[in-house]
Amino acid sequence: MTVATNHNGGTESGYNFAYLDEQTKRMIRRCLLKAVAIPGYQVPFGSREMPLAYGWGTGGIQVTASIIGPDDVLKVIDQGADDTTNAVSIRHFFQRTADVATTEETEDATIIQTRHRVPETAMKEGQILVYQVPQPEPLRQLEPRETECRKIHGYAEYGLMHVKLYEDIARFGHIATSYSYPVLVNGRYVMSPTPIPKFDNPKMDSFPALQLFGAGREKRIYAVPPYTTVKSLDFDDHPFSVQKWDQACALCGAEDSFLDEVILDDRGRKMFVCSDSNYCEQRQAAGYSNPAAAADIAAYQLALQGEADA
Amino acid sequence: MTALQNVGAGFADPVFSAQSVFRLVLDAMAQSGRIAAVPDAASAPAGLDVASTAVALTLFDYETPLWLDPALRGVEAETYLRFHCGCPLVEDTQTAAFGLVTAPRYMPRLGEFSIGSDQYPDTSATLVIQTGGLADEGPIRLTGPGIKDSASVAIDGLPDWFWPDWDVNHGCFPTGIDLIFTSGNRVMCLPRSIKVEV
Repeated sequence: MTVATNHNGGTESGYNFAYLDEQTKRMIRRCLLKAVAIPGYQVPFGSREMPLAYGWGTGGIQVTASIIGPDDVLKVIDQGADDTTNAVSIRHFFQRTADVATTEETEDATIIQTRHRVPETAMKEGQILVYQVPQPEPLRQLEPRETECRKIHGYAEYGLMHVKLYEDIARFGHIATSYSYPVLVNGRYVMSPTPIPKFDNPKMDSFPALQLFGAGREKRIYAVPPYTTVKSLDFDDHPFSVQKWDQACALCGAEDSFLDEVILDDRGRKMFVCSDSNYCEQRQAAGYSNPAAAADIAAYQLALQGEADA
Repeated sequence: MTALQNVGAGFADPVFSAQSVFRLVLDAMAQSGRIAAVPDAASAPAGLDVASTAVALTLFDYETPLWLDPALRGVEAETYLRFHCGCPLVEDTQTAAFGLVTAPRYMPRLGEFSIGSDQYPDTSATLVIQTGGLADEGPIRLTGPGIKDSASVAIDGLPDWFWPDWDVNHGCFPTGIDLIFTSGNRVMCLPRSIKVEV
């Protein structure tokens, strides 16, 4: 592949800086301004065909491509991790088309594109968090017609959503939604926080950084400005609560982060580790560990070794 | 109408200048009350400040009908915008996606511009209002999304009816117009979600 600096500064020849043409960027930029002006409202936009399939973050990529500049430092995470397929390929895409600096450190990034997690490390003013959104419409499972959903949002008639949450309580005794848990933004729009675990919902409230959401297949952009109220829907007698684990991270011992369950073998052995890889690595570098789990893992590895030797 | 050879240059670097100006405007829209300084990236035509010109070059194109202040019609600024942005100019405030105002004392009332609809509030107009001055301390108190507690600003040269009109606009939320104030190289935004007390 020829790699040459084109006249607009991108590293991949034949493409504009950050892949999208300038007219497309202007269209998306205008949508972003309206999205910021109406927190939680889904702005339709002319989503372009991208060089990867729908469902792989085309909406987030288009938003990032429209805001990113040569001085930005980009971090991309997929389910909290910097080193999984989607994160690696999107980071590579912007390295090639925009020649931007990238990082895995949450603190150092000016733009973080994310799939389904909010970083554990607190974000600050001036940073931008770009979410990849598969389904922007929080009501879609309840009302398939776009025209009706538009009316429900237009007139703030959100009774349907409360009925759904109530039915959860009637059937299961609690609200069973554990991800894509609907939120009310600025007291007006019910919004999908994207399939982040509900563990992350409280972080979105009065978040100091700007949050932008891009849905490529569904052709919608929405936003939450900094310091905006984001309230998870609930009932007075069934208040919102987040997941808890009776374990700590097996690698860094964190008790305050979102944990992924990792299956170790087919005999029921498993361990829990931080989903946010950067947070976990920072803690390990700072000397945090989980001695009990480490001994467990060592014993497991020893057993594996024994089986291999036998 | 100005001859084309007399039209000043647009952005020296259309890609990176538009990107940097947009980021300033995005931050300003997301954090109302904060004043951003636009780099001096284009030659502004007579009657337009650096910031107004930069915002126009960044956001206007053939998809955005523009309502242009009568003070700028038929002079260099009109030719400049037609040439660099290619935006159609409209007389009717209701069909304008953007309004560019340089004489705010004589501008149309805010309610004359499109506020969008209940189901599509994003189709409302955005006004770029070039003012006599912007300051980040002053008698105008802002509260709402993007502002931690409250912000205070001063904006010079607005007509008496302006803030009562804004109350109506804010009261229409989620419909309503959004404003981008400019002065010299400075930009400050006022989205419809912001409550103003004077």
